[in-house]
Amino acid sequence: MDNIAILSPKYLENNSGIKATIDGVEMSVPLDPSNRHYAEIMRQVDAGTLTIQEAD
Amino acid sequence: MALSKIQSNSYEDTAVHGQRNLIINGAMQVFQRATSATNPGGGYDTVDRFRSSQNNSGLGNYNAEQSTDAPSGFASSYKLTKSGVTSQTSTTSAFIQYFFEGQDVQQLQYGSSSAKKVTLSFYVKSSLTGTWGVALQDGEAGKHNVQTYTISSANTWEYKTITFDGDTAASIANDNSAELDVQFVLGAGSDYQTATTGSWQSGDKKTTSSQTQWPETDGATWQITGVQLELGETATTFEHRSYADEFARCQRYFERIQTDGAGTPIGYCSVRTGSWYGGVPFLIEKRSAPSVTLNGSLFLAGIYGDISSQTPTGINEISKRGCRPYKTSGSYTAQGSFIAFQTPASHYIDADAEL
Repeated sequence: MDNIAILSPKYLENNSGIKATIDGVEMSVPLDPSNRHYAEIMRQVDAGTLTIQEAD
Repeated sequence: MALSKIQSNSYEDTAVHGQRNLIINGAMQVFQRATSATNPGGGYDTVDRFRSSQNNSGLGNYNAEQSTDAPSGFASSYKLTKSGVTSQTSTTSAFIQYFFEGQDVQQLQYGSSSAKKVTLSFYVKSSLTGTWGVALQDGEAGKHNVQTYTISSANTWEYKTITFDGDTAASIANDNSAELDVQFVLGAGSDYQTATTGSWQSGDKKTTSSQTQWPETDGATWQITGVQLELGETATTFEHRSYADEFARCQRYFERIQTDGAGTPIGYCSVRTGSWYGGVPFLIEKRSAPSVTLNGSLFLAGIYGDISSQTPTGINEISKRGCRPYKTSGSYTAQGSFIAFQTPASHYIDADAEL
């Protein structure tokens, strides 16, 4: 399937999740491998095409 | 009635009892996200549980909607209308996809000599006649079983049934991940075509070279309802379930938290002098911890005064049961409060645990 477009991923407070714009929608994504958005974020991170910003 | 009569049900009698249909929302009753979408770009665009999927943008522009045009006995269908022409190349495909959790298809006994046959039945209608692919795929094993059906008359509801052999070689993991899926193919290039139909093969094939290329016709329509997948070689009558039943089943995968009243609480909140932390439970436990989206803003109703138009810093501590919106800036009066939506008609929270 086509890749999911992920922009500006950033860890939330206490690294308790990731905030990102996914296919044009701002989402809070849990750190759950069963979550398809988290799985895609990590796939793109592992591929070296995406970097997650640290939390504020 | 004599006891012998009560116990005399045949196998066929048993087969038409409830809980036969493995598909959720097969009658296209539940559209939580929207009842129509213009050029949504694929994905879960309108109808619950059915995904508009593509490879290399093979779908192109299209409109999706819940249509009241449906065959006798159904009130609703899922309708796609093509917008523009999207030529199919060797690497493109377009298909409607339905995923099953592995733990929901263990009865198929795949990966054993007892692997069961399943029968897919559905009503379909299109402005284009011809041959169309439909595939079962086991994504974990990287396998497919391609078959085709024919639409004989344009713009006419037709009933189709297709039986798939069980896969005796590859087992299906007993978990909550996507292990098996059904694909209704709308278009596909040569990379996704095969001449081998009706058996389990390795690779990502979806259809044959006879595929009708729906994306290549501007204004073409394709709609479907009454989708049922059941054990066995015989398609039985569609198992109608109540809206409430289907709605609750859909909410395991996607839930839109939206109220119809300005003061309706969706959760609770602890307000501190420089921050607030809320809790929003989900109505139905999710398949997995969902991705959460707030559309609009929150209203915190407190005993020492209301706090309006709140946009959280983030939403974290997301689990299958709920989530925690929070804000770490601002100046407030410490208090307990409940959370509502600032504008209930258009503000909501989406919890997405789809496959």
